[in-house]
Amino acid sequence: MKNAPGDSGLILKEPLLWEKGKKGRNGMSIPESDVPAASLPEDLLGEGPDFPDLSEIDVVRHYTRLSQWNFGVDTGMYPLGSCTMKYNPKINEKQAAAPGITAAHPLLPEEQCQGMLKLMYELQNHLAAITGMDAVSLQPAAGAHGELAGMLVFAAYHRSRNSTRTKILIPDTAHGTNPASAALCGYRPVKVVSGRRGILEASDIKDLMDEETAGIMITNPNTLGLFEENIREIAALVHEKGGLVYCDGANMNAIMGIVDLKKCGVDVLHLNLHKTFSTPHGGGGPGAGPVCVTAELEKFLPVPRVAYDGDAYVLQYDRPDSIGRVHAFFGNFGVLVRAYSYILAMGAENLKKASQYAVLNACYVKESLKGYLHLPYNRPCMHEVVFTDKLQQDKKVSTLDMAKRLMDCGYHPPTIYFPLVVSGAIMIEPTESECLEDLDVFIEVFKNVVKEADEKPDLLRASPTRFKVRRLDETQAARNPCLRG
Amino acid sequence: MRYLPHTEEDIQTMMARIGVKNFEELFPTVPRDCRHDEAMALPPPHTEWEIDAHMEELRSMMSMGAQGNVLVGAGSYHHNIPSIIPSLTSRSEFLTAYTPYQPEMAQGTLQGVFEYQTLTARLLGVDVANASMYDGASALAEGLLMALRLSRKKKKVAVSRAVHPHYRDVVATYFRPTEFEVVELPFQEDGRTDLSSLSDISDLAAVALQSPNFFGVLEDLQAAATVIHAQEALLVAGFTEPLAFGLFKNPGSQGADIVCGEGQSFGIARSFGGPGLGMFGCKEQFVRNMPGRLVGETVDLEGKRGFVLTLATREQHIRREKATSNICSNQGINTITATMYMAALGGSGIAKLARLNYDKAAYMKERLAEAGATLFAAPGFNEFVVEFSGDFSGAHKALLQENIFAGLELGRYYPELQGRYLFCVTETTPRAVIDRIVEEVKK
Repeated sequence: MKNAPGDSGLILKEPLLWEKGKKGRNGMSIPESDVPAASLPEDLLGEGPDFPDLSEIDVVRHYTRLSQWNFGVDTGMYPLGSCTMKYNPKINEKQAAAPGITAAHPLLPEEQCQGMLKLMYELQNHLAAITGMDAVSLQPAAGAHGELAGMLVFAAYHRSRNSTRTKILIPDTAHGTNPASAALCGYRPVKVVSGRRGILEASDIKDLMDEETAGIMITNPNTLGLFEENIREIAALVHEKGGLVYCDGANMNAIMGIVDLKKCGVDVLHLNLHKTFSTPHGGGGPGAGPVCVTAELEKFLPVPRVAYDGDAYVLQYDRPDSIGRVHAFFGNFGVLVRAYSYILAMGAENLKKASQYAVLNACYVKESLKGYLHLPYNRPCMHEVVFTDKLQQDKKVSTLDMAKRLMDCGYHPPTIYFPLVVSGAIMIEPTESECLEDLDVFIEVFKNVVKEADEKPDLLRASPTRFKVRRLDETQAARNPCLRG
Repeated sequence: MRYLPHTEEDIQTMMARIGVKNFEELFPTVPRDCRHDEAMALPPPHTEWEIDAHMEELRSMMSMGAQGNVLVGAGSYHHNIPSIIPSLTSRSEFLTAYTPYQPEMAQGTLQGVFEYQTLTARLLGVDVANASMYDGASALAEGLLMALRLSRKKKKVAVSRAVHPHYRDVVATYFRPTEFEVVELPFQEDGRTDLSSLSDISDLAAVALQSPNFFGVLEDLQAAATVIHAQEALLVAGFTEPLAFGLFKNPGSQGADIVCGEGQSFGIARSFGGPGLGMFGCKEQFVRNMPGRLVGETVDLEGKRGFVLTLATREQHIRREKATSNICSNQGINTITATMYMAALGGSGIAKLARLNYDKAAYMKERLAEAGATLFAAPGFNEFVVEFSGDFSGAHKALLQENIFAGLELGRYYPELQGRYLFCVTETTPRAVIDRIVEEVKK
């Protein structure tokens, strides 16, 4: 494919840190002591960790080379479904790295840190305005942590009503972390099978919802990229039996400025600032998973609450119904700064456009690739579209093979084999960051991969070939774990 | 808007392909009664320069600016951060990548995390360390839940009151909806945990101690491990200041079974308390019960060394509700940051830096003792609790005016320690500032 961005490049070898260096080198300046040496408690002294001694240039080259074996959003298109790999603006990084922010100690007296509290207070309000919910806590440190905080709110709510509930409804199109988050709060997940259209049908909820069930955890839009159209009806059924509705907001990027979650009947929602609000994923974190609730549930949110008393920004601790703390301090504050900077840059109109363009891009990819790839649910999709490898099976080419071939063509592959409700899933989320020309090249490249699957299946099965390593033996890694050097 | 590349012409082309006429038609599945009635109430779009100005205004509302001298640690420490760290961690190949699900194009992250696991395991004296937890507090909660899983039938854990109060709060939050019980252990007059009541507690799965503890005091973990193991319970050892292990025995070498704590000290800025780094490790035999991601070494088709995420069968996306935890994304780039810091310091450097922290804290303790203050008798590292002969609050206020945050008053956390202050001294604390505080105490 002559248009594909993938080409060959120079890859440098780099050993593990402890395979280089020499005793006596150092890579960091340490001040000379300006105080007398004190006596030491001999019985507690240790040998010190066995770290290699490296010079500064050793460390710099090491990490520069490692970084060159990686692929990020800044490198190229990263259509990883349900992960919202949108552009991470540089100005956000600049704000988070400003000395006044990085030097702020979390236990400063309130009057000493008004600026930080104001930022958090305003971000809470902005997230409330975007989602339609009434109150927000910024404390959870990741999406799954937000889910846990949300489930703890469920548990606290039912406890406050002296209601013992043991089960929770979780659709098969929900995010993978949901069952484990609910289980941490003592709830047994009950699977809800989505209907023929790929969405939940109210009648199924009616059959499953009872007074032993704490509520439902819905991902909306769901992991098939479809909007749960019956959400209001479902919410009413859940509320009727005294349950609550949780919405996993990981896919919020499809609906900003469009959907009001409170009007959908949602009681608790978490957001992923590292998805929808452009903070970088960092190869697996840190993220932030604010939890948003209705006014009725505000009293259960984690302490301390950040509030404004008309005169100053304050931290409220005395909240007897609160689920308690979920983080040592205020959550991943540096991530909050980035999301705040993003919301300021965008404003209401551009956030709405971002969602519209994200959906436009996904629908464009869907229309362009259907027929080449099997589309299990040919319905209007939101910000992501799910295909499968069904049409490639007679050539014994799998989703994995196509994903690995896409890598050689210069793309991060889509999310594969998720959601589990379809076999061999290929979940594409282009995000609003991709322009039409780049989408066209991606589509053309993917069509070509499909053609290769038919004509040269061995080429796909041997992919990738242009990286530092070929396909890796994951079975051996799990069978004989080597977890350290 | 510069983040959005779509031109009007592009939009028309794309809509024609899709077969819709406007954005309204692009959302046919969203019912009318689920929609926002009006535009979201948000500030208008800001230019870069307006954001700079706005943020500058917020920063100016911090009376204790970046130049302040904060002699408080309590889980968030001020250490020098070498310039190579912001330079290298801002490389967008690391920063803008996702969790390494496609290992061939994420070997940078994967080797980086494998190195993190290795240096962390060596630092803590454990067999295995995971790819991180959110922070020290949630790591402790997860460590205790792991110990309960390992014990199978037991229902109780004991946590020292000398563990960071916020960490104990988080443990309480995680435990409230469970069937498990948390018992608190008192501390002695010398600042160490009092284990004498331990033998009265039955059904005990684990005991959590922190060393250096919240008072900066080093616990005798070795002696504690003997007592705890005799009761067939596990020792879960926490920490907030890992630099201490550059000088003092690490928890693993003293018999800790599960080690979990906060790694913010290692090249990560305080940033108002986050993001930090939850470090977590354990003995080899417990690894399949450990929460969190793990990176392992393997080979590719051609026998070449490479790294992959592994032992995923413990995790939520495979085991669903039976997973060892719900943790998925963790502190990613901060594991790389901490490893860069450990690598830049090296074995020689960490010993020297830890010693400098110890000596400076010892200097301040000595000067305060000369000025009539009382300290806990047990040895410590770079934090310590001070009981002044008179009321210190006036001096504390006066020093704040000079941009010196002279210790954290403990009454809010420990009513019985009302009027005592927790101090922290690191390599960043000028001797002149220490002398200035002592001078104020002498007044």
